[in-house]
Amino acid sequence: MDYQSVLTTCTYCGCGCGLYLEVLDGRITHTLPSKTSPVNEGKLCVKGWYIHEFIQHPNRLTTPLMRQDGALKETSWESALDYAASELKRIKEANGPDAIAFLTSAKCTNEDNYLLQKLARAAIGTNNVDHCARL
Amino acid sequence: MTNSFDEIEDADCIFIIGSNTSVGHPLIATRVYRAKAKGAKLIVVDPREIQMARFADIYARQTLGTDVALLNGMMNVIYRNGWHDKKFVEERTENFDAFVEMIEKFPPERASEISGISVDDIVKMAEYYAKAKAASIIYCMGITQHTTGVDNVKTLANLSMLCGHIGRPSTGVNPLRGQNNVQGACDMGGLPNVYPGYQAVNVPDIQAKFEKAWNATLSPKVGLTIMEMMDGLLDGRVKGLVIMGENPMVSDPDIHHVKHALEAAEFLMVIDIFPTPTTELAHLVLPAASFAEKDGTFSNSERRVQRVRKAIEPVGEARYDWQIIQDISNRLGYPMNFQSAEEIFNEMASVTPAYAGISYPRLEGDGLAWPCPTPDHPGTPYLHKDKFSRGLGLFSAIDYRAPAEVPDDEYPFWLTTGRAYVHYHTGTMTRRSAHLEKEMPEAIVELHPDDAEELQIAEGERIEVSSRRGTITIRAMVTDRIGKGVVFIPFHFAETAANVLTNAALDPIAKIPEYKVCAVKLAKAA
Ligand code: SF4
Repeated sequence: MDYQSVLTTCTYCGCGCGLYLEVLDGRITHTLPSKTSPVNEGKLCVKGWYIHEFIQHPNRLTTPLMRQDGALKETSWESALDYAASELKRIKEANGPDAIAFLTSAKCTNEDNYLLQKLARAAIGTNNVDHCARL
Repeated sequence: MTNSFDEIEDADCIFIIGSNTSVGHPLIATRVYRAKAKGAKLIVVDPREIQMARFADIYARQTLGTDVALLNGMMNVIYRNGWHDKKFVEERTENFDAFVEMIEKFPPERASEISGISVDDIVKMAEYYAKAKAASIIYCMGITQHTTGVDNVKTLANLSMLCGHIGRPSTGVNPLRGQNNVQGACDMGGLPNVYPGYQAVNVPDIQAKFEKAWNATLSPKVGLTIMEMMDGLLDGRVKGLVIMGENPMVSDPDIHHVKHALEAAEFLMVIDIFPTPTTELAHLVLPAASFAEKDGTFSNSERRVQRVRKAIEPVGEARYDWQIIQDISNRLGYPMNFQSAEEIFNEMASVTPAYAGISYPRLEGDGLAWPCPTPDHPGTPYLHKDKFSRGLGLFSAIDYRAPAEVPDDEYPFWLTTGRAYVHYHTGTMTRRSAHLEKEMPEAIVELHPDDAEELQIAEGERIEVSSRRGTITIRAMVTDRIGKGVVFIPFHFAETAANVLTNAALDPIAKIPEYKVCAVKLAKAA
């Protein structure tokens, strides 16, 4: 039996509560509030207390999906990434970099967001970068 | 936020407007309760008599979209009575005369007529706020999701400057961010006009700095906002769209319009953790690791940067978002070779002055609030201490403008939207949590008992709500939490999406859609 308790930050609202995910043999079983977090001081709201319930939900996307004959079909990472790159290249060559746009995410990490806007600006060459926080 | 969460506790007046704090930001509500217990005055202004209203010294229900008129009225009262902070205005601000000329046009009687709040309440709110030693304003999307969103925010800034309630502990104008890392997404340059750290893309020196750091030729042209991207897809200017971790098919106003736009894309790629109405339209869907499966950082509403740590391996074949981006970049011939999230953070900090002093080792413990320019800097819990970032604080003269759509004979009700306590944003995560979904498995529309009686609608009955843009069928909840003539729908539910109804009219500057106000009609379901 392998038990771990991992300190991380809640992914729901802008409070940013500190919480422990309790992991038993690779499955997250419970959530506990961090007592020393200056934000939540040992408390969580109802969303935080149950945050482990969505993480390993059977509906999670687990393989790349590519549209073929109108439907999304499973595919390998290799062919998915090749397809993504060839479409972006094709559009950039045919219509210019500003024909491609990117939405970064208020739910992803700073590192993910930094890299996506860098891809848009440095690799594609467009400032068409926004996110849904206006919403 | 200009100030930190903890400082809220020590304010002696808290003014909450357009934030359902106990639902949207429960742990900030805790600070408000504590301040209240220490004797602070609490003012709550909201179209719904939300939970916070029960603790308030004054609760006032404004007519939708009238915040500027109400606030100008309060400032009129403050100025005429000489309750303002003359020294602060004199030393720290400019453009005061033009501002005064504007608020003179809003005697409390006129503000009352427009906002529906009594003159007495307007005077009392003005007095509580102005006479406090340290007053803090808290707002959220109820202020920004209007065609007058920027006007609303500037008017709140006027109020705080007028009374000198800014740049000190426990004061300030504090927007609560809707989602956990909105702050970080903006800080990281997830905006069409700025690189990371709010450095403008159209300033040649800054462009040159990033061209050198990134070894690439960059565009000086400001990019498209999300709403302009949608329009661009429809008129053919935009052909490809890459979406990471967002679900505009539920979160955007006027969903039918968004659907047409996404369908028009030649190439739509979505990186996400769950299937959503947006992934259904994609040509390519890539499975990402959830927050529990990766390392990284989030920046919360008080600008506190905190660590996210990996608890389990990514499920199935899911990969880190940054890994996916890097693999695509390499295929495009722009090499990236990061081995960890930490390496990405370090590169980001090297080009972002506000984050320059932050590193993973320093984030152990309580995290750090930016600006944190050097490795020995302690972080910055409150902004604008001795001066505003632009130097002097600028008063803006702001007139009242009505919302883009108001009720009429055909669509006689106001509709406003917001959150429910158990769900989050588009429900992608919370609705897959058994306990949370059990609490609230479907959307409801709140309407006032008098309106229910007039239309003969019973509690729990399914009714049709229609706007000029669409119709949804939804269960009625009869409650006097909401005002007469107004209905409220939470926006978390894809199958009864409130945003089928909402108006995509935008604030002219911030380009934020007017989710908080539109006109609808109600009918018994066929
Ligand atoms: S636990 Fe609740 S209050 Fe804390 S960050 Fe998560 S959603 Fe927000």
